Amino acid sequence: MSDVIDRPLSGQEAPAKSRLRIIDCDIHPSIHAHSDLNPFLPKRWQEHLKTYGSHLRTPYIGTTPYPRSSPLIARRDAWPPTGGVPGSDLAFMQKQHLDPFDVEFGILQVLDLFIFSQQNLDFGAAIQRAVNDWQLAFWAHRDPRLKASILVGQDDTQLAIAEIDRCAKTGEYIQINVSPRANEPLGRHRYWPIYARAQELGLPLGIHVGGYGGHAPTGGGWPSYYAEEHQSNAHTMAAMLTSLVIEGVPEQFPKLKIVFIEGGFGWIPSTMWRMDQHFEKFRSEVPHLKRRPSEYVKEHFWFTTQPIDEPDEAKHLRSLIEWVGVDRLLFSSDYPHWDFDDPRYAFKTPLTEIERRKIFNSNARGVYKL
Amino acid sequence: MTRHIVARTSEIPPGGNKVVDVDGRDVVVFHVNGEFFALLNRCPHAGAPLDKAACVARLTSPEPGVYQRSRVGELLRCGWHGWEFDMRNGQSWFDPKRVKVRTYPVVIEDGETLAKGPYVAETFPVHIEDSYVIIET
Repeated sequence: MSDVIDRPLSGQEAPAKSRLRIIDCDIHPSIHAHSDLNPFLPKRWQEHLKTYGSHLRTPYIGTTPYPRSSPLIARRDAWPPTGGVPGSDLAFMQKQHLDPFDVEFGILQVLDLFIFSQQNLDFGAAIQRAVNDWQLAFWAHRDPRLKASILVGQDDTQLAIAEIDRCAKTGEYIQINVSPRANEPLGRHRYWPIYARAQELGLPLGIHVGGYGGHAPTGGGWPSYYAEEHQSNAHTMAAMLTSLVIEGVPEQFPKLKIVFIEGGFGWIPSTMWRMDQHFEKFRSEVPHLKRRPSEYVKEHFWFTTQPIDEPDEAKHLRSLIEWVGVDRLLFSSDYPHWDFDDPRYAFKTPLTEIERRKIFNSNARGVYKL
Repeated sequence: MTRHIVARTSEIPPGGNKVVDVDGRDVVVFHVNGEFFALLNRCPHAGAPLDKAACVARLTSPEPGVYQRSRVGELLRCGWHGWEFDMRNGQSWFDPKRVKVRTYPVVIEDGETLAKGPYVAETFPVHIEDSYVIIET
């Protein structure tokens, strides 16, 4: 139990209606220093990290391919006063985010070292083990509100399965994370053993935007600007939703739950409509699909809300929410990154009390069995 | 109109700011190029505190390779999503017709004048040898 749950309500706070606590499905913790990983990383790989560094499946070395909006893509006010990078100081995260927003559970999404996108698959496997252990030791064990995910690079499927099994035994992780940008589209059979294991273990598959799969981030090649590349997060998610559904993953794994993280949700309705439309015409090409694509989406997939779309007219956001389905949405803030969504102001359209409860809490509680 | 004495001028160094409580509202006072500006400390886009914003310049470029900075320090770039506002009038650079930060008139007066009245500091001790930032609401 967290100290917040145990905190008695003072007389002044006595609620007229019960207060809505938040489940934040996207919080980014950061490694304070690479040496924090040493207790979890064999000497051989510590030396490797020091000597050769981290090399991702992208032509750019030692930097991100595009100049991000702000240093370390972080909010300017999220640099801990004690030093270190945004997201690296638990006490500051509690003070700035978890406590004031009354976060009941926060789901950790680690992007450091981009383990999914390492060129050297053995090094990737070593640091994924280290990062998975570090999440528990540095975060989940120090603040029980924070929940860890099993990060696995899916391009060496065997190593991924071994890591999933190792972590799942602890019973402490709440999802399995893979990258939306792997060597091949996510629906391909080579990745199915991971989906089979996720289904067996009853753990949702989390797919957070970003990463480098060895390809340009858009189907049309390399963008010129960050503002252009940032759009490709949504394109990639739309492509991967299509790949997973059309290649038959939810058909094959009927109990698998898949959560798309930080892809927003404005693109989902048209993707579903288009898949359904083509399915009507080309269903003989994909006879392994027994139902309309949108039915799989509405049963197997959930989508975190940030970065929320900001149409000029609030009623258009309202329509989007209805088209996607209020049951499919999970609130996420993306703390401490610059495009953070504040739970108080992010939804610039009225929601009913029931809708708020679903989006900010009960949908995630159900998906992650919290 | 109420006048609130919120700070000694010496408390806010050039390029710095101070957040003050004015009738229960957080107001941020900036000191730039010898002037003081007061704005509601809340970004109208998504609620971020503006005291954490970057104080930036207006950057214009008449042709490639040539650029000019003007009004250095007078534009605010919000620390979250990067929305930019003019400190003088609170106007948004991105969506000037619809979005604005509330601004408050600021005057600087010396302690001697204040001590004479007609304005009285409610809780802020005034010394005649200092000068003060006053926000009008």
